[in-house]
Amino acid sequence: MLAFKLAFRNLMGAGLRTWLNVIILSLAFVMIIWFKGMLDGWDREAKMDSIAWEYGGGEYWQKDYDPLDAFTLTESHSKLNRDQLNEIDKGNLIPVLISQGTIYPDGRMQTILIKGIDKNQSFLKLPTARLDTMINEIPAIIGANMAKTNRLEVGDIMTLRWRDVNGTFDANEIQITDIFQTNVPSVDGGQIWIDIDRHREMMLMPDEATILVCNSDFRQDIIYEGWDFKDLDFLLKEIDEIIKTKSIGGSTFYFILLMLAWLAIFDTQVLSIFRRQKEIGTYIAMGMTKRQVVGIFTVEGAMHSILAVFVGSLYGIPLFWQQASKGINFGMDGSEFGITMAETLYPYYTLGLVVTTIIIVVLTTTLVSYLPAKKISKMNPTEALKGKTT
Amino acid sequence: METQNQISINKLSKHFPVGGGKFTALKEINLNFVEGEFSGLVGPSGSGKTTLLNIIGSLDSPSEGEAIVLGRAISKLSTKASAKLRKEELGFIFQSYNLLPVYTVYENVEFPLLLLNMSATERKNAVMEALDWVGLIPKIKSKPPQLSGGESQRVAIARAMVKKPKLVLADEPTANLDAENSFHILETMLKLNKDLKTSFLFATHDEKVIKYLKRKISLADGMVAKDEYISK
Repeated sequence: MLAFKLAFRNLMGAGLRTWLNVIILSLAFVMIIWFKGMLDGWDREAKMDSIAWEYGGGEYWQKDYDPLDAFTLTESHSKLNRDQLNEIDKGNLIPVLISQGTIYPDGRMQTILIKGIDKNQSFLKLPTARLDTMINEIPAIIGANMAKTNRLEVGDIMTLRWRDVNGTFDANEIQITDIFQTNVPSVDGGQIWIDIDRHREMMLMPDEATILVCNSDFRQDIIYEGWDFKDLDFLLKEIDEIIKTKSIGGSTFYFILLMLAWLAIFDTQVLSIFRRQKEIGTYIAMGMTKRQVVGIFTVEGAMHSILAVFVGSLYGIPLFWQQASKGINFGMDGSEFGITMAETLYPYYTLGLVVTTIIIVVLTTTLVSYLPAKKISKMNPTEALKGKTT
Repeated sequence: METQNQISINKLSKHFPVGGGKFTALKEINLNFVEGEFSGLVGPSGSGKTTLLNIIGSLDSPSEGEAIVLGRAISKLSTKASAKLRKEELGFIFQSYNLLPVYTVYENVEFPLLLLNMSATERKNAVMEALDWVGLIPKIKSKPPQLSGGESQRVAIARAMVKKPKLVLADEPTANLDAENSFHILETMLKLNKDLKTSFLFATHDEKVIKYLKRKISLADGMVAKDEYISK
């Protein structure tokens, strides 16, 4: 307690030098929390969007389905059994049939995925109700990014060609009935969504599907033969990987920032011990042990980080509050780059994030403060009293 | 009534390593001091005054022989025990005052009491009393850079005296002061010696101080050349 009291007095007495270090350290604090908050916010939003647009509460994949291998698409479809059909009727599962096709917008050729989905589904955000349109062509909905890439608009009609289950080529006209805006590129780029019943007719695959999307409250322990259940941990792994990569980049950034703060404190400590030798000698003459003096100097250095918490919270809390409520607008969303990221990102700050950051910074600052301070234990007090220690 | 020795120095020698050999700063010193003395180690620079004072103050230890200070053998004290001795029983006054620069006068004087874990009220009373002895109550909020040399040394005296130690060790306390300030400082110390029965041991070659001493121990080349009691 005495060490804290004395260290506080010394820090306050050091004036501007203390506050410069504190401000640098507080910047490190705020930047780390801000950056981590951004990543957490992105992670959270990306997952929420992916769940809302694509994954629901998890997916059953037909056993041959591999989204990363287009050649599996010809085989990865199965007839749904009675139990599955019952769950679809109850609204617990959404069947999706996936096949390859080609569209010809304005005479250009574009290979795409045709995704047939139940137009009456209600728990994915895809505007599938727009597939329930009485027109001569096949109604199709596409994402905004797909529309932009292929210069398509609502009402555009083009030829769609596909190969049915027997390998026979067939073609028909489709009409874009809706263009939806989404942050989830995997439901947008290079694909069109049509009604599954129509898709099954085209493919000659009655009652078949490639994947079954589960409602979030659907029991996930039901095993369907020939189908593999993929939980959200599995499905969202890609997002976790992206965030992890970004986190490593972020860590490098705030490690550099922290290094600057540590360097400032280390430098202050080294200078302090050199300049304050007489003071150190006086402490010892007045009855402190060298260990206690090392303690004072260590606490003094470490206390920079405590003061930085307070200073950082003065401008950090309003900043975080403002950004968490209003978000940060990047002027474009990440779907253009194939990553799930909204145009406006809402940083997500948790108590755990703040506390962990504080603990890490305080502990590392204490260590950085201790390293030069331990030199005191080698000082000869009689030399220190004269300020002659080298 | 038998007077017990506060300090007993027996065949004390101190060597310092210099290059490959050693330099003898003190050679077979034998001295005794009793309670309430106002004595001084006198001699030119390099005579060993400060070295002896540092050993008595448990800031250094003898190479040979022994110094028994307030019943403790300095060479046998652990780091903790020597710190305890300095904290509880000894006061130090230095040539260059050694005040803590960022503390106020009040805080500087309060410092030794913080180490003794005294309560805030006790500390306040003791600090005010000590500042009263040296006449610095109007300056309690000043910081060392705002004080004159004489004022700084008076703060140092108050700091050394605030815990009412049994022994005060003063190393060239007037070396940086003019005649008038030296006079005030010495008068203050003499008064405290008389009123509180605190022993003072100086290391000095300043004639102004020597005039005040009741016992003058002359050192030359690390040995006691003369030990004389001066009747005033």
